[in-house]
Amino acid sequence: MKKIGKQTYKIKDNVIIRDTYTIVGPKEGEGPLKKDFDMVVQDDLFGEDSFEKSERKFQVTAVENLLKKNNLNKNEIDLLISGDLLNQIVSASFAARELQIPYIGIYGACSTMSLSMGLGALLIDGGFANNVVCATSSHFCSAERQYRAPLEMGGQRFMSAQWTVTGAGAVWLSNYGEGPKIKHVTFGKIVDLGVSDANNMGAAMAPAAYDSLNQHLIDTKIDYDLITTGDLGTVGKSIVNKLFIDDNNSIENKFDDCGTIIFDLEKQDVHAGGSGCGCSAVVFGSFLYKKLKNKEIKNLLFTSTGALHSPTVTLQGDSIPGIAHCIGIEI
Amino acid sequence: MKYTKESYKKVVDEHTPKNKMFKNCILAFIFGGTICTIGEIVKNIFISFFAVPKDDAIVMSSIFLIALSAILTGFGVYDNLGKYGGAGTIVPITGFANSVVSPALEFKKEGYILGTAANIFKLAGPVLLFGYFASFCVGILSLLFK
Amino acid sequence: MNYIMSFVVGGLICVIGQIVMDKFRLNAAYLLVSFVVSGVILGYFGIYEKIVEIGYSGATVPLPGFGYSLAKGAMEEASSRGFIGALSGGIMKTSAGVATALILGYIVALVSNPKRK
Repeated sequence: MKKIGKQTYKIKDNVIIRDTYTIVGPKEGEGPLKKDFDMVVQDDLFGEDSFEKSERKFQVTAVENLLKKNNLNKNEIDLLISGDLLNQIVSASFAARELQIPYIGIYGACSTMSLSMGLGALLIDGGFANNVVCATSSHFCSAERQYRAPLEMGGQRFMSAQWTVTGAGAVWLSNYGEGPKIKHVTFGKIVDLGVSDANNMGAAMAPAAYDSLNQHLIDTKIDYDLITTGDLGTVGKSIVNKLFIDDNNSIENKFDDCGTIIFDLEKQDVHAGGSGCGCSAVVFGSFLYKKLKNKEIKNLLFTSTGALHSPTVTLQGDSIPGIAHCIGIEI
Repeated sequence: MKYTKESYKKVVDEHTPKNKMFKNCILAFIFGGTICTIGEIVKNIFISFFAVPKDDAIVMSSIFLIALSAILTGFGVYDNLGKYGGAGTIVPITGFANSVVSPALEFKKEGYILGTAANIFKLAGPVLLFGYFASFCVGILSLLFK
Repeated sequence: MNYIMSFVVGGLICVIGQIVMDKFRLNAAYLLVSFVVSGVILGYFGIYEKIVEIGYSGATVPLPGFGYSLAKGAMEEASSRGFIGALSGGIMKTSAGVATALILGYIVALVSNPKRK
C-alpha cells in the first residue's frame, strides 16, 4: 500500500502541477493579490442574469482559459474533478455540462480545492489518468443567498464573520512535464467540537485543520517552508496557532491562511477574512503557485478547510462539522 | 485532540473578537433617532399643511417611511445604512419594510410568483404572525376583563 | 421639543435593540418578533401609551409602536364588535402599513435588481 503513517498517501514522483488559472470578482481584484490573478472580472454578474449562472461562468472560463493557455485539447483531459458550495453542486455540474469532459462532482464545502487535487493525484499515481483538471468556484452573492440573508437586507455582520470570495480556480495535474510535484496527500477526519455559530466558521473549522495538519506532519515528518490553510480567517488562524502551541510544536512563523492573504483586512471591510471554495483555489492558483514556480519556497503544505454547514440542520440545533485535507507539494 | 466541546468553547470565546458595542449603540441611537425624527416631521407636515387628523397623520408618516425605505432598498442603499446603523435601522418601521422588500428583490430570478411573491414574507412573516397572534390574545383578554 | 423627544426616545429604543443583538448574538428576526410582541403587551397594560405621550414618533415609528397599534386596534374593535373585533382589530389598524410594504416591495422587485456588493 502507498499509505504511510495513519492517514497519509505517499505519491511517487509522477504527479506534476503543470499550470493553474485563476479568475476573481471585483472586490478580490482590489485586494493585495490583484497582480497575481490571471483575470479580474469587474462585473459581479459576468454578463449573466443571475448570480448562480455567473458563478458557473466563472468556473467554465477558468477551465477553458487554463486549457487555452496551455494549448490543450479537451480530449486530452481524462477527468474533471470539481465542486462548489451551492446545493446539488450546480455550478460544477452545469459547468461540466458545457465543458464536456468526463466529470466527477465532489462536495467538500470550502475544502473542495485540496480534496479535488488529492483525488486527482491518487488517480494519476494509480495510472488511471494522464491529465486531470481540478476546479472549484464560489460567489459571494450566490453563497449569501443560500446560507445567510438577502443581499439588500440591512444589518451588521459580526466581527468574526467572513466574506465569501467571488472567484474560480482551475489546476492542471499531469503525469509528465515540469513543475511542482504533489508528494503527499492526507484526507482529514471530520472534527466537530460543537460550534454552531454560522458567523464564526473559522472557529468551527480550526480543530479539523489542526487535526489534519498535525497528522500530516506526524506521518511525513517533513519540515515545510510554508503551511497554509484555506479559509480559517483571523479567528481560526489564531486558534490553530494556539492548538499547536499547546503541543509545544509552534508552527506560527511558517503558517498563514489564504482567507487572510486574499483581502486587506483593514481596508476592505471583510471582518475576519475571506472564505468559500474559491478562496483557497485562487490564492493557491496565483500567489502560492508563483512562490513555488519562482522557487521562493521549496515545499508547501497546502490545506483547504471546509465547514460542512447546512442552514437546515443548524436550525434543528446541530453544530457545524469541520474537515481539512492536506496536500504536500515539493518543487 | 484533548479539547472537549466545553473546554473548546472557552478557547473560541477567547479568540473571537467582540462586537464594538459602545460604538454600535451610539450609531444605533443616532440612526434610530434620526429616522423617528423624520417620522415626526412628516407627521406634523400632514397635520398642519394637509389638515389630516392626528391618528391618520401617524399612519401617513409610517407609510412615508415605509415607501422611503422600499426605494432606498431598491437602489441598494439601505443595506449600507444598516452596516453602520445596526439596530438603529432594523428596529424602526423602515427596517420592517426593508425586510419585506429585500427578499422580494432577491428572489426575482426564481419568478414573480414562486420567487418574489412566495418569499416576500420570508422575514416579515414571523413578525406579522406573532404580532397578530399577540393582538388577538390581547383583544380576547380585554373582552374577558373589561 | 417634539422633535428632540422623538429623537431621544426613538434612539433609546434602538439602543436597547442593539444591546440585545450584540450581547446575545441574535438574528434580526428574533429581535423584530420580540419587539413587536413586547409592544403588544405594553400596549395592553397601557404602558406604551405613556411612552407615546412622551416620545411622539420616537415611540410610534419603532416596531414596538407597531405592536402597540396592533394591541390598540384589537382592544378597540373587541369592545365594539366582540370576538370578531378581537380577531380583526389589530390587522385592520396596521393594514395600511403592511399593504404599503407589500405593494411597494413587489413594485421595487419589478424594476430593480440586487446591487453589486
